[in-house]
Order: sequence, then structure tokens, then C-alpha cells
Amino acid sequence: MNAEEILALMTEPACAHNDKAKSGCARPQPGATQGGCCFDGARNALLPIADAAHIVHGPIGCAGSSWDNRGTRSSGSETYRIGMTTDLGEMDVILGRGEKRLLQGIAQAVEAYRPAAVFVYNTCVPALQGDDIEAVARVAAERHGVPVVPVDCAGFYGNKNLGNRLAGEVVYRQVIGSREPDPVPEAARLPGIVTHDVNLIGEWNVGGEFWSVAPLFDELGLRILCTFSGDSRFREVQTMHRARANMVVCSKAMLHVARKLKEDYGTPFFEGSFYGIQDTSQAFRDFARVLGDADLTRRTEALIIREEARVGAVLAPLRRRLAGKRVLIFTGGYKSWSVVSAAQDLGMVVVATGTEKSTEEDKARITALMGLDAVMISDNDQTALIEAFHRLKADVLIAGDRYIYPTLKSRLPFLDIDHVRNIGYAGYDGMIELARNLDRVIHSPVWEQIRRRPVWAQAAA
Amino acid sequence: MADIVLPTKALAVNPLKVSQPIGASLAFLGLARAMPLEHGARGCTSFNKLFFMRHFHDPIALQTTAMDQTTTVLGADDHVLEALDTICTKNQPAVIGLISTGLSETQGADIPRTVAAFRAACPHHDGVAVIPVSAADTLGCLETGFAAAVEAIVGALVPAEAAARRPGQINVLASAMLTPGDGEAIRDWIGAFGLSPIILPDLADSLDGHLIEDGFATLTYGGTPPEAIQAMGQSVATLVIGPSLDRAADLLAARTGIPDHRFLGLLGLDACDAFTATLTGLSGRPVPPALERKRAQLQDAMVDCQFQVGGARVALAADADLLACLTRFLAGMGAEVVAAVASTRAGHLADLPIESVVIGDLEDLEWLAREQGAELLVTNSHGADIARRLGAALLRAGFPIYDSHGAHARTWVGYGGSRQLLFDLANLLAGHYQEIRPYRSRFRQGSPRDDESARFRPC
Repeated sequence: MNAEEILALMTEPACAHNDKAKSGCARPQPGATQGGCCFDGARNALLPIADAAHIVHGPIGCAGSSWDNRGTRSSGSETYRIGMTTDLGEMDVILGRGEKRLLQGIAQAVEAYRPAAVFVYNTCVPALQGDDIEAVARVAAERHGVPVVPVDCAGFYGNKNLGNRLAGEVVYRQVIGSREPDPVPEAARLPGIVTHDVNLIGEWNVGGEFWSVAPLFDELGLRILCTFSGDSRFREVQTMHRARANMVVCSKAMLHVARKLKEDYGTPFFEGSFYGIQDTSQAFRDFARVLGDADLTRRTEALIIREEARVGAVLAPLRRRLAGKRVLIFTGGYKSWSVVSAAQDLGMVVVATGTEKSTEEDKARITALMGLDAVMISDNDQTALIEAFHRLKADVLIAGDRYIYPTLKSRLPFLDIDHVRNIGYAGYDGMIELARNLDRVIHSPVWEQIRRRPVWAQAAA
Repeated sequence: MADIVLPTKALAVNPLKVSQPIGASLAFLGLARAMPLEHGARGCTSFNKLFFMRHFHDPIALQTTAMDQTTTVLGADDHVLEALDTICTKNQPAVIGLISTGLSETQGADIPRTVAAFRAACPHHDGVAVIPVSAADTLGCLETGFAAAVEAIVGALVPAEAAARRPGQINVLASAMLTPGDGEAIRDWIGAFGLSPIILPDLADSLDGHLIEDGFATLTYGGTPPEAIQAMGQSVATLVIGPSLDRAADLLAARTGIPDHRFLGLLGLDACDAFTATLTGLSGRPVPPALERKRAQLQDAMVDCQFQVGGARVALAADADLLACLTRFLAGMGAEVVAAVASTRAGHLADLPIESVVIGDLEDLEWLAREQGAELLVTNSHGADIARRLGAALLRAGFPIYDSHGAHARTWVGYGGSRQLLFDLANLLAGHYQEIRPYRSRFRQGSPRDDESARFRPC
């Protein structure tokens, strides 16, 4: 990636905040920065392509501590879960053998696992050395007859979010549009119902959570050409250009993919979320709206009424237990507002939300949901976060896994909503799971026990 | 407050309950140079010996009076006399526990009278304590048989006279729910306050599983020495662990006038704190830093495991003491005890913070666990098949545990034991977590996804 390409990704025109004077993504502050790098983000974005081999080209530091560490689930192929890295050693670096090693590594992966495609992730050391992974990929693809996609995503290029975008960019340029979709199977058609092809962009199927939502797409006659990239297959990613509507699920990170699909193929898109009942219903409404199918709109409204009634009955007792509980949400990015909406659905009071990775538009949505007095915490310092918890008299913190242990050490209830969980919170049924788990952590009898001092300490004091 | 649901079934299916004689024998196996002698048919003892061998992975000292057809009808007192004489002559024990069984009780055997007859006939064996225990297997369970034996041991060996107190000496009455591993932990716990315990019975010294110079021995490999039991009247306090020992504790208190402190169990933060606080009081010493550290480690584990263990649906089956401890511990972690089955009735079960306790068998456990959608079973090794049928995880606890090693060595009590239990529970639950089932869209039929499972295989 050259500097212009990176800059272009950082000033994505579809991002509302980039039309102002102060644009682009914030620079990290050395000594006070948490969160992953560009490589981390790029691999996270593409790893869920389940039938591909994912090779990390670099020394062991990049893959060694991070492979097999993601909650995304596949309904079939598990090739993506095999950890692969060129594990560059000192001699590889000194003698410049990185490219050769990568070429051999691709051969080994192809022979041993027969992947549908190979993704190669470049990292800092080979990027610094100047390994030409594009050339290696070309040679390997010709030699093995398997698509090999180089992803130049060295960690020093930027943060995780940039990595997400960069991955989207690579896929847009090299994969999307390289195959036509299969015809709709006759047996899958519902009588009298038009089938529409759609994509979901930025849905990762964490803990298999999208499987709670997917049956509703089938019911409405919406054929998902590709879920980019949760539980997807390489050949499905190739066909994304043929969808009639795109939903951007994970807000900004993959927005440019949708924008380019609109520019090049005229596919309309909208942004949404499957967290919370209102957001889930809204997502289906938006599909019907964008597709402009009156019959679909009618069936969608019927489905929403049915699902909301079903889930509402299950949630009623949980809502009573959660009503008025104060929640501090620190998830960053798009989840900063989608989880706010989910918590409010449950009758909880959102006392503050983290906006570390959020954009101006994310923040505008937060204000719309929480009102003008919404407390937004942009600082990602863990000590500050815990102080905020106490100051705002919160009952529970919802955050990513980085914050679990600082919070638990402080004896505070915590709910993990990161990408490495194995619990699904998406869709109508996910809301039930979210409510149950919130109830469980808030009302755990453990908190009272561990805050109490033993009698001998009380006597001494 | 729990309702106690009594059985109405004609048949006990997949029994949970183990007999009283086996419990009484176990108590004697915690005495030094001891031999339990079951007064019944040879089969009782044969089964019981094997039961213990498979659980403890150790040879087991256990004998039988081997009642036969004739003696069953005409009286088996001679068999008892012969058995006592044979054991005394052949094995030179310090203690023989003479344990009645359903057969001898039904026959009407009067074992205290027979012991008196033995004393008269064999004065040369006066050095051997013979302690009769009534333990019909038509009543109670392992835990109650064990408790009856402890009561009988106190009655037989602790002198009923005022004695000078030995500072720092503490009695511990230890219930059948405590493993040898627990015994070791309790000894260390008390020792950390500079106190020296007499643990009755001391399974940690006899059935912990250790090799000795002589190799095989026909008597117990260790245990509470009779001299120590005789000195229990000189202790400054008695710690009673497990409500099944209430009667034994009452007897010890009545006989010696020593104040006692009773504990339902030593599992979980609150229970451990109560025990620690008592030890501080008795010793006048502060809580040692090492123990404070263990406490802090348990707190950390509680926090770390609360999400996994909290809300978990757990089904339990055990004897009353263990059942009560586990129920309180799990409830304290926010888990839901959705089924609790006890082998026999005990008054304290009604105090448990659950809706009901069923007095029943493992079939009851299976039905309840299925009906309630339990994710985790906690019971003995017989639960393995049930857990498989239910698709639930199994934590082995109680008697017998015959399909895994180290059950006897496991420490459940104390800050460390509670912490390990939390880790094990969390791991078992995580390993059995039911994720969202994969969904395949009908629009994907005919695509290469159809044969993916075959495609994914290293070539």
C-alpha cells in the first residue's frame, strides 16, 4: 500500500465526518494507546471467509499469539481456523528469504488443505524489507491454479479500523466481480414471492449470531449472495456485485465497499444493525424500502409484528428485572449506538457510551438516542473508564474483552460484547440472550460477597 | 426454604443411596490400626471392599462375620466371637469396628451383648478396642452410617471424666463428605494458627494413598490413633464439620464439656471465612498472610468465573451434607440448582435456598434434570451414563467415584479447594456450551457448500 492509497482509505468520502475541515482518522498517542493494528483489522475482516487459507507473512509475533482467537463461526468448512504463518526467522530476514518462504508456504497450504483461495497478509517486517507479496501471489496463483490474494496490511500503516477498510479495498479490487452468482435453485423459490439478491457487509457471525437472523431472510425471499464476511465462502464473495441491495452492518469500516458497489454497479445500500429489537426490525424495513417491493414491505411488516410479539413475551419478566438499571457502554465504533438502542429497548438507562472509534455520524446517532446530555467517553484509558463507572453510578459495564479484567478486578459487573465471544446477541433471539446475560451479571450474588470484608478485618479496623 | 419431596416409587432405579454399613466401615477406616468387621453375610463385605478399592485405589481392611443359613436361623453370635478372636490373633489391631447389617439387625442380633461375651471369653484380647455400631441398611445412607460410627467411637473411647485442658489442642469431627484431600487441607488450615488438631476420623492419614516400607498391610495404613481419641477430652474446643455429625458432637460435648463450633461445610467464601474467624478466635492469632492471599485468590476466581457459572442450570444428587454444601456454594455463585436429589432425609435440607429437595435416586435426577434442562450434573460416577444421555457435563462428587483417578485426593474445602471447584465448573460448562446451531439457507442448495464437510480434511 502506498501513502496515497492509505490516505484515500482514511478520508473515505461516504463517511459524513469527512466533509468537514478536520477530517481523517485520529492519530494514536504513543504511550496511551490501546487496540489493534492494521494487520489485526485486515485479518479479522477476511478471516471469516471459511474455505480460504489465511497465511500471515511475518515473524511469529504477528500470528503466534493471535491465531484461533476469533468468535466467528462457519456452518461447514473450517479451513479458516487453521493457523498459518511463514514464521520468518533471523536468517530469513538477513538473507532476504521471505519471498521464497512465502511461495513455499502457499504451496504447502494448497497441497495440505486444498483451500478455495489463499489470503496472504503482509506484516511489518517483510513490508519493511520490501518483500513483493503481489509478485509472489501472482506466481503462486499461476502455479497452483488457486486464487491467491495479497493483503498488504503492515501493522505500522495504522489502526485496526484502517485494516478493516484496507481488507475491503483489496477484496473489492481483486475478488468481487470475478464470478457470476449461481441461478436461484427452483426448489428454493417460494410460490408468488419474488426473490431478491442482497449482501450484508460487515457482518461477522460472531458466536454464530447471524444464524438467529438468517432464517428470516429466507422467509422473506431475500437471498443473501454473500455475508461479507461471516460464514462466507470465497466463491460467494466473488459474486457480491450482483446484489440488488446492500446493508452495511458494521458501520464505517466497510462503508467504502458499499459505496463502490453503488458507484460501479448502482446497488443501493443502507447502514443498520441487528442488535436490539428496533434495529433488527428497522433493518428488514430498510431492505423492503430499498428494494421497492410493495409485497415485500407487506410481508416484512407482518413478520416484524409476529417476531416482536414473540420476543416481547419472553422478555417481559427480564425487562422488569432490568428496568432502570444503569449501564455504561464502552464498545467503540458502530456498537456505541447499536448497543445503546438495545439496552434502551430493555428499559435500561444508558449513562454513558464510549466513542473511541466512533465517527461524527456515530456520535450524532448517539445524541439522537440518548439526548443532548449524552455522556460520551472518548478516552480509552481503563482507569478513567472505571472512574466513570463509579461517578455515573453504573450497574454494569458492556464492553469489549480488553476491558473484562480491569473491570472484574474492580469488583464491577461486566458483559463482554467483543468479537471473540461464543454467545450470539444478534436479532430477536439474540436480544433474549443479551437480556438474560445482563440479568445474570447484574444480579450475580458474587458481587456482594466479594465486596464484604471478613469479620476479622472489620474487628481490626 | 425447600420442600422435602418424599419418594412414592416402588422401585429405586439407578440408586444413589449407599448403605449404612459401608459408611460405618469408612469411619473405622479412618482410625489407626483398625479393622471394620461387618456382621452379615459375606457378600455385603465383598461388595463393600470392592466399592472402596475402586474409589480409593488402595487395599481396604474389611472383614465379615460370614453369616450362613444355619447361623442366620439359629443365631450367629458364635460367628461374631470367632471373627473377633481370629482378627485379634491374626492381625493384632488396636480397634475393631463391629458393624451390624440389615441381615443381623433383622435377625435380632444384640451386638453390644456379644461384645460383652467376647470380653468375658477372651480377656487376653483386652488391649483391642471393640466398638459395636448399629447400622442397618434398611435405614439411612453412607453418611448416616458414618455418623453413627463416629458417635459410637466417641462413646466407646472418650472418657467421661473431667480432664486438664491442653492449650492449642482442637478436636475436629469430620463428616463423610470430606475426602482425604480435604482432611489434609483442614489440618494445614488449623495448623496455620498454631493449633494442633485431632481429626476424627482421619481418612487423610489412612486413605490418602501412600506407599509404606512394608508394602501391603492388612490393617489401616494410618488414621486417628486410639490414644488421641482418648485425649479428646483435653482439647480446648471441638470443630464439627457437617450437620450429619450433630449427634456425635452432642455426645462429645456432653461427655467432655468442651464447647463446640459447628459448620455446615467449608465450601465457598462465607463458609471458609466463618471457619477462619473461629480459628483466629481460638488461637488469638491474626489470619496469616498466606491465608489472606488464598482468600483473595478465591475472590478473584469468583469474579472471573461468575459469568460462566452464574445462571448455569445444575442438577445435584448426593448425601445430605454434600448436597447442602454444593447447593449453597452454587447458589452463592448465581447458578440455578434446578434439581437436588438427596439419598435420605436430613432436617437441615429444608433450610436450603431452593424450591425442593427430592429424596430419591438417580432416575429422579435424570428425569428432573431433563425436565429442567440441566447443563451440568454433579453426582457420583453412576451419573456418567445419565450425563451422556442428557448431553450434560458431569462433575463427579460423592461416593463412589470409580471411573477416574484422584477422587480421594481432591480438595474441595477451603479457599483453594473452592477456587479449584470454580475453575472446574467453569471449564465443564464452557466445554458443554450449546452454541447457536448452524443455519443453511435453502438458497444455497446445490452449491459446493453441500459437500463441505467431506471437503475439509487434510490431504
